[in-house]
Amino acid sequence: MPDKILETTLEVLKEDAEGILADWIEQADEDGAKRIDLFSEKEERDQAASLLRSFRLGVRDASKDGEFDLQDEHWADLRGILSEITHERVERGVLPGEMAALILALKTPLFERLTEKLESDPERLIEEVLLLSKAIDAFAIYSNEVFIAEREQVIERQRDEMMELSTPVVELWDKVLTLPLIGTLDSLRAQEVMESLLQAIVERQAEVVIVDITGVKTVDTQVAQHLLRTAAAVRLMGARCIISGISPKIAQTMVELGVDVGEVRTRSSLRSALMDALTSVGVAIRPINDDKRNAK
Amino acid sequence: MNAAAIYAVEGVLLVSITSDITDTDIIDLQEALSKRIADTECRGVVVDISALEIVDTFVGRVLAQLTSVARLLDAETYVVGMRPAVAMTLVELGMYLPENHTALTLSHALDKMRQSGLIDGLRRG
Amino acid sequence: MVFDEADRIATIELEQDRDVVRARSRVADAMKECGSSELMQTRFVTAVSEVVRNALTHAGGGTLAIYAMPNKRQVGIECRDCGKGIEDIDAAMADGFTTRRGSMGRGLGGAKRLSKTFAIDSSPGKGTTVRMIGACSLR
Repeated sequence: MPDKILETTLEVLKEDAEGILADWIEQADEDGAKRIDLFSEKEERDQAASLLRSFRLGVRDASKDGEFDLQDEHWADLRGILSEITHERVERGVLPGEMAALILALKTPLFERLTEKLESDPERLIEEVLLLSKAIDAFAIYSNEVFIAEREQVIERQRDEMMELSTPVVELWDKVLTLPLIGTLDSLRAQEVMESLLQAIVERQAEVVIVDITGVKTVDTQVAQHLLRTAAAVRLMGARCIISGISPKIAQTMVELGVDVGEVRTRSSLRSALMDALTSVGVAIRPINDDKRNAK
Repeated sequence: MNAAAIYAVEGVLLVSITSDITDTDIIDLQEALSKRIADTECRGVVVDISALEIVDTFVGRVLAQLTSVARLLDAETYVVGMRPAVAMTLVELGMYLPENHTALTLSHALDKMRQSGLIDGLRRG
Repeated sequence: MVFDEADRIATIELEQDRDVVRARSRVADAMKECGSSELMQTRFVTAVSEVVRNALTHAGGGTLAIYAMPNKRQVGIECRDCGKGIEDIDAAMADGFTTRRGSMGRGLGGAKRLSKTFAIDSSPGKGTTVRMIGACSLR
């Protein structure tokens, strides 16, 4: 028994790195793991080359105990390169399956070379193929985990961006703010909406806020409760809250659900809510007379 | 009492509470305030809680009681300066403080009281 | 919920109402240290205030231990008293439950809503232990 159990694999990787690289990329292409639409030939090659290099280093250091735990220090190099490459791939829209297929495609060129080298020693061949297979599987699984973690980060970031986009608190007039709600209002989002609204009240010293729900898809008991709590918090801060955009259908649902709006003021349209809000801060909208209009 | 103080400002009583107020202090405050209302015959009270980092159910309850007592003595109470995080927490606790009037700041509260005739600018407390 | 893996960062004996103020400000500091948002800090400190005051008024005192959780974005507390215990925990947790007149009884139920994790352990004669974890952000 040689002291390095993947000795032949290491030899092969050292002797014919270029050949393996070329065959690997070709194999990946056949398996549909290559994305020429997303990466140039050169980028693909450079990425694969650096992966192969650190894979060899990892195999060299880790193959002594036959356990392939990618969390080991032997694989630090490979992990680093993998997260770099994965980050880029996720950014460009590669699918998780394609990433795994790319790694698994490495088996073919390596197995072919091992078969040639160990033709006379089938027992040793089986041993190395099994071990190598284990190593590459571990490699693929790890890359998949990294990939998913990367994707989750992207999703979270997009969620945050969406969140900011979907809760714009707009100053309509001095002391008058409006918050046009769009989409669905779950508990988490309701909290975030409330937080940014209350913050804006302090910053702009607002006295009236209009929460417009024209764009809210469905108003069930929970959504109605969130709205009423928002109105209650606005009042505690010392401002008034008007809920506008209550369609006849929503009004009916709220009555059927037994939602008590209490002292919260509601308006069917943003227009009438605005009139109401402006009146309470002492401002009126009036048509300008014809003389002035003609002068312009 | 250092954790809370009562000042007479523009014909109203201004109560300011600091964040390290204890339960005992706040109960003492409630008593001292009702005496001052009776003594000055003022019709408006402003409780500034902008320094309070939290309002729990106990403090919320005292605020409500203080308001009810003041009302029996013919004075209306405004709570001003509540922080957004405090407002959200109170709502989650189900404490909407319906007895209290609220305003963003002391000057907003004074405006509102002037509008509702609680102070007329001539009276000084 | 146990705090075996957590670091105990402070212990406060609860004997008088000044200690409730100390407990609040120590928990607020711990939340700040783990980078909490103002909202999450306010929520958890309010929850702690409820629980600690309960120990003081119902059991005459107790001990509060504050923990930095292994997950750096959380703070844990354990409030232990040697009072007469709670007979019906479910009832005590419900909004509106109170043993005192003039109290609105939103304390324990409120503390549960304001914390990320809440556990209460009590039986008559054996005192009450409340453990809570507060998170530093909504997500």
